[in-house]
Amino acid sequence: QYVPVKGDHVIGIVTAKTGDLFKVDVGGSELASLSYLAFEGATKRNRPNVQVGDLIYGQFLVANKDMEPELVCIDSSGRASGMGVIGQDGFLFKVSLGLIRKLLAPKCEIIEELSQLYPFELVLGMNGRIWVKAKTVQQTLIIVNILEACEYMTAEQRKQALAKVSGN
Amino acid sequence: FMQRSLDSQTKKQLEEEEKKIISEEHWYLDLPDLKEKESFIIEERSFMPCEDLLYGRMSFKGFNPEIEKLMVQMNSKSKKEEVEVDDKMEADVSDEEMARRYETLVGTIGKKFLKKRDQRVLQDEDEDENSNTRPSKAKKMFLKPQD
Repeated sequence: QYVPVKGDHVIGIVTAKTGDLFKVDVGGSELASLSYLAFEGATKRNRPNVQVGDLIYGQFLVANKDMEPELVCIDSSGRASGMGVIGQDGFLFKVSLGLIRKLLAPKCEIIEELSQLYPFELVLGMNGRIWVKAKTVQQTLIIVNILEACEYMTAEQRKQALAKVSGN
Repeated sequence: FMQRSLDSQTKKQLEEEEKKIISEEHWYLDLPDLKEKESFIIEERSFMPCEDLLYGRMSFKGFNPEIEKLMVQMNSKSKKEEVEVDDKMEADVSDEEMARRYETLVGTIGKKFLKKRDQRVLQDEDEDENSNTRPSKAKKMFLKPQD
């Protein structure tokens, strides 16, 4: 179960849009709120294009046990720096929090090995959610399966699996 | 008129009386104040600084060039030495080019401020096939265009 922490980058799903505020599910005990002004270049007239069901990559502005967590898609200097609505296509799936930590470690073998295979895009949320997008559906699914199985495989098994895949 | 000042006086008296009553009733500790110990433990709830985690958005083999630029930016923030090197390397224009630019720049801006006659002179000089390398005295003399 994920506990929202201030400053953490997470992937959220927009569940409701009430006037000026979006309700975002981040996998915690509460829904987080996201203001429409918390995007780069957003003004009262220039609203961001966010619909219910969209994926959002943002960081927590406020996250303590007494208050509802708040997300923003903008960093302290006012730039988006990769945050905001995550584009169309791609695949979202859940893994354990420990695996995310492993994957985000400075020299992660899993990521390095995967990056040799074929071009793809990856977004890792600290709340255990991973979003993958590759050129074909099959490639995307291969990456998803490898990442999910990485938790239980040893390094050798992983290399075998990757060798099979790259042989295909 | 007098009533108001009287009222203020009575108020003051009442206040003093109240204070006396309160101070007798208030409990106070005879114990010395406990020193506030400065704790050396800082609570940190996020994993990010503990293990120096990378940025969550990644792209490989040029799938999303903007994110690849971001990756370089984000991951170099943690290593300050690399940032210094990048500052030197990423100059778009090298020093030599800058020097060359400035040489010609002075000429082009100087032309702007010449009078019309002189401007035509300069134009003719440029069109010459055998133009002089020293366009001196352009302001004073009118040079005929050589065939």
